[in-house]
Amino acid sequence: MTDVDGSVSAPKLCVAALTHSYDSLSVLEEVSLTLHQGELVALVGPSGCGKSTMFSILTGTTTPSSGHIELDGAPIARHTAAFAYMPQSDALLPWRRVIDNVTLGLEMQGVRRREARARVMPLLATFGLDGFARAYPFQLSGGMRQRAALLRTVVQERSIMLLDEPFGALDALSRIEMQTWLEDLWNRHSWSTILITHDIREAVFLADRIYVLSPRPARVTAEVRVPLPRPRSLQTMSHPDFVGIEAQLRDALASSGAL
Amino acid sequence: MSTTSHQHTRPRRRLGVGTWAPAVVILATAVILWQLYTTRSGIDPRVLPSPSRIITAGWTARSALWANTIPTLQETALGFSLATVVGFGFSIVIDASRILRNAIMPLLIGSQTLPLVAIAPLVIIWFGFGITPKILLIALLSFFPITVAFLEGYRATDPDIERLLATMGAHRWRIFRTARLPTAMPFFFTGLRIAITYSIVVAIFAEYAGATSGLGIYIQQLTNVYRTDLVFAAIIVTTALTIILFAATYALERIMIPWYRRSRSPHQR
Repeated sequence: MTDVDGSVSAPKLCVAALTHSYDSLSVLEEVSLTLHQGELVALVGPSGCGKSTMFSILTGTTTPSSGHIELDGAPIARHTAAFAYMPQSDALLPWRRVIDNVTLGLEMQGVRRREARARVMPLLATFGLDGFARAYPFQLSGGMRQRAALLRTVVQERSIMLLDEPFGALDALSRIEMQTWLEDLWNRHSWSTILITHDIREAVFLADRIYVLSPRPARVTAEVRVPLPRPRSLQTMSHPDFVGIEAQLRDALASSGAL
Repeated sequence: MSTTSHQHTRPRRRLGVGTWAPAVVILATAVILWQLYTTRSGIDPRVLPSPSRIITAGWTARSALWANTIPTLQETALGFSLATVVGFGFSIVIDASRILRNAIMPLLIGSQTLPLVAIAPLVIIWFGFGITPKILLIALLSFFPITVAFLEGYRATDPDIERLLATMGAHRWRIFRTARLPTAMPFFFTGLRIAITYSIVVAIFAEYAGATSGLGIYIQQLTNVYRTDLVFAAIIVTTALTIILFAATYALERIMIPWYRRSRSPHQR
């Protein structure tokens, strides 16, 4: 991959020939992928194809049957502190107020409460949670819950973020709103991110590169670059290039048997 | 959310007239019929006293009733506190390891099959007529619902939350404190409500088996001298006590887990 200045850089994360099976159920088959600094890579594939297993391997909660993972050129140890993970459900703790939910990761890192709050407070407005610090999760809308979960992920300041279908639970309108908001925010911060989704448009709209996965056991069947300029907007979605990439992805999914 | 939700308690309804009126009507009707029957039939008041006679007798003997209510209340409070501590302790041990679960669980279930009629006198022989045997009996017979409630609660923890905490580097005990225990709190309060009603019954019975003061022994002494009016008065006090303690668990719940009932009101998600 070429950086903005044209030089070729080593990938931040390199996953090679990752294979995993639960007993006799094969879930991942020789999955290889790379992620560069500041890049947003999307994994697109049918539901239940093993994308989430991929994340639990990266975060160290599952040990893969074979394959290796390198971070900054060195093999990673189990339970590495390199990843911040956002699960499919927002997984907010219902008994904690928003402020104590978003500082959860920092708390687990041993950061003092006062400092953790000080770090999070200025970000609440950016995440549309201004005035909701003392609210309980049940008092938030679906979009706000997702933003709180994202904030909890972001403030951990890990080198790579893993987002597992972050907007899967939202209605179509809130989803588009969240996607444009996220595109804007990510564009400003260049956080290295892997995004799991089964929404093709979401992948094209947000990602720099997309890996298409087959139904279980997941294999990489296509790798698609998204050279659309940033910042992207709603108009981008009707741009011929956008539509073209979308079609290319749909074909790739169809030929891998996912559609 | 669905995995953390707690199915066996319903959201609190507003205590409007519609909630308590039917119960009051039924109770009032029963009392009136009872009053009419006792006055018209000429039945011996020592066999069945009229409600008015019960109330008059109870009011006259109010200081004796109160003096016997205090020890019962004390025993219940202490025995119940011990039950909570023991119940929680067992739940942690059982949750920690499968081996311990297999070792302890049969004993705990067995402890619940001990007939109170048989063991109450034994415990009193061992520990005397004071407050200790009552506390032990109450704890023995009411810790179990609390243990079971905690265990159910731990199991209801959202696996996504546990996984998330693990990715954040939290280890077992940290996950327990951060996710499993808070998840179990609503279940604990359900267990508490079952246990509190047991506690009073056991307290009364333990006193019955041997005590110097308390509602149980009071009831026994009055039965022996055919003061059935005062027996009924003591029963009313016991019932009132149970209802008050039962209601107190709801108050405690609101203070300790404010997020719970409100998060389950029907107009929310």
